[in-house]
Amino acid sequence: MKSSLLILLTAATLSVAACNRSNTLPEDANAGADGAGADSGFSTNTQGGGGDISVSPLEAERQRLMQELVVYFDYDTADILPEFNALLAAHGQFLAQNPNTQLRLEGHADERGSREYNIGLGERRAQAVRRVLMLQGAGGTQLTTVSYGEERPTQTGSDDEAWRLNRRVELVYR
Amino acid sequence: MFRAVKSNQRIAVRRRRRISVRGVVAAACLWCAAVGNAQLNVTITDGQDEAVPIAVVPFGWQGSGPAALDLAGVIGADLGSSGRFAPLATSDMVSRPTQASQVNFQQWRTLDADYLVIGTLTEDTADNFTAVFQLFDVLRGESLTGFRLQTGRADLRKAAHRISDMIFQELTGIPGVFSTQIAYISEERRPDNSKLFRLIVSDADGENAQRIAESGQPLMSPAWSPDARRLAYVSFEGGASAVYVQTLRTGTRERVSGRAGVNGSPAFSPDGRLLALTLSRDAGNLDIHTLDLSTQVLRQLTTDAAIDTEATWAPDGRSIYFMSDRAGGPQVYRVGTEPGARAQRVSFDGVYNARPRLSPDGKLVAVVYGQNNTYRIGVVDPANGELQILTNGRLDESPSFAPNGAQIIYATRQNGRGVLASVSTDGRIKTQIASVAGDVREPVWGPFPRP
Repeated sequence: MKSSLLILLTAATLSVAACNRSNTLPEDANAGADGAGADSGFSTNTQGGGGDISVSPLEAERQRLMQELVVYFDYDTADILPEFNALLAAHGQFLAQNPNTQLRLEGHADERGSREYNIGLGERRAQAVRRVLMLQGAGGTQLTTVSYGEERPTQTGSDDEAWRLNRRVELVYR
Repeated sequence: MFRAVKSNQRIAVRRRRRISVRGVVAAACLWCAAVGNAQLNVTITDGQDEAVPIAVVPFGWQGSGPAALDLAGVIGADLGSSGRFAPLATSDMVSRPTQASQVNFQQWRTLDADYLVIGTLTEDTADNFTAVFQLFDVLRGESLTGFRLQTGRADLRKAAHRISDMIFQELTGIPGVFSTQIAYISEERRPDNSKLFRLIVSDADGENAQRIAESGQPLMSPAWSPDARRLAYVSFEGGASAVYVQTLRTGTRERVSGRAGVNGSPAFSPDGRLLALTLSRDAGNLDIHTLDLSTQVLRQLTTDAAIDTEATWAPDGRSIYFMSDRAGGPQVYRVGTEPGARAQRVSFDGVYNARPRLSPDGKLVAVVYGQNNTYRIGVVDPANGELQILTNGRLDESPSFAPNGAQIIYATRQNGRGVLASVSTDGRIKTQIASVAGDVREPVWGPFPRP
C-alpha cells in the first residue's frame, strides 16, 4: 500500500492520485489475491478441465442454450430486442438441426391494462419469436404458441422491474 | 357492515337543509344515477352528498326460537351500500314499531329520518315464511308502499333483497339490483405454493358465494347469458385457452371453442343464440368472430391485422363494440353484424381505451382508460366520443355495468391485492368491496333475474 502510494505520487499530481486511489487499491488487492491463491486456482482449473473433456462441446452448447429460454420485451410491443437476436438465432439453428424437436412458445404480458388485450399482446410476442426462429430454419410444425397474457406472471410486484420480467416469451422444449 | 365516511355533523346540517327544500331533493333523487351493491365488507369510499337518511326498524318475529333472518339488517346494508341512503343505527331508534298503528312520525322526524321501513316476519310452517313490509314518508306521515312476500327458508335472504329492490325503486325511480348476481375470478395460493383459480358466482352483496369452476390453470373472462342461466368463460386447463359455456343449475358444460391459438373474450348476443369470441387461428392474428351455439356455424366479423378483441354487443344485437389497436394503441370500434360491415372508431380521447362494455341501454361504453402509467375506468359517449373518467386507481380494469345501468363494478388493487369496487355511472359514489381471501378480479354483473 505504501509503495503504490509512492508510485502514484511520483507519477502524477495529488489530485490525480486522489482520483485513482480507489481504482488502484482494488487492482492491487486483486493482484495480491491472485498471487496468493495462484496454486490452488491453477490446480482447480486443471481438475475442472479434465472433467470437461468427457463432455462433447455440442452438448455443452446445447445445455447452455437450454438455460436461456426467456426473451423479454418492451411495454406494449412485440418487437424483438437486439440483445436477444443471437439467442434466438441459436435456438432457430438448433431446431433446424433437430427437426423432431418440438418447441412451445408461451407469450406473456405485464399486468397493466386489460386482460384480453394482454392475451393479444402475449400472442403477438410469441408469434414474433416464432417468425425469427423460422427465419433461422426452424420448421413451422415444430413450433406451437400459447398466450397467457397477464395471467401467469413470474413476478408479483407492481413496479418497473416486475413488469419488465413479466413481459416475456418462454421457450418450452418438449 | 358498511361505513359512511362523512361526519355526523355535516349530515345533520344537511338534513335540516333538506327538510326546507324537501320537494327539490325528492325530485333530485330521481336524477341521481346510483344504485347499490352490497358485498362483503362494503365500504363507501366516496359517498353521495345527499345520502337520504332512512330508518329500517328490526322486523317483528313470530315463530319458534330466534328470528330466521335479520331482514332489516340485510335491507339496511343493501340500501346503505348503494351510497344513496344513510340507514339509521338501530341503537339510535327510540321505538321499534312493527305495525303502522305503532308509528309515531314526530319521533322519527326528531331523529332526522326521511323514510321509515317497518315489517314482520312470520314462520307459518317449518319452511314457509311470510314477510310483510311497509315504507313510510316520515315528513308527510304517509305510507308509500307495502307488500307481503311468501318464501321458503332458503330464500329468506332473497326476499330481503327483493324488499330492498322495491324500496329503492320507490324512492329513486331506478330498479334496484340487490337481487342480481355477480360472477368473478379469484386466485389463491395453495399450501404447495401452486395457484388455484376459481370462477365464483355470488349474490350482489357478496353473500352466497358459490364455486362454479376451479382449476390450477388460469380462468378468465366470465360472461353471463342474457337469461342468467349460463356463464361463458376462458379456461387454460388443457394447456391452451379454450372457451366453455356452463349451465349454472346443472354444472354441465361444453367446450364451445378450443381452436388453435387464442380462444378468448366470449360475449353472448342479446338473444343468447350467438357467442362473440376472439380467435387467432393459426396465423396469430386476433379477430372477432361469432359462433352460433346451436349450429356451430362460425363467422369472422373483423379481418384487420391488428389485435381485435373484447367484443360487447349492442342491446339490439345488430352491432358489436370491440377493442382494436389498428390505429397504434387500443381504441374502441363498432362494427355491424351484417355481412360486409366496416368497423368505425368510437373512442378518440387518449392513447389507451380498452375492454369496452356497453350500458344496458346501449348509450354509454365503459372502458379501461390508460394514461401515464395509470389505468382507470371511464365512460365514452359513442354519439360524440366524449370521455368521462370515473375512478382514480392506478390499475383499474374490467368494468361491467349493473343491469339498471346506474353503477359499474370493476377490479382494482389495494395493498397489492386484487379487490372489487363499484362506481356510480356519474362517478359520484364509489364503494370498495373486500373479499375474504386471495386476489379477486374480472367482476361481471349478471342480468335481472327472469321470472
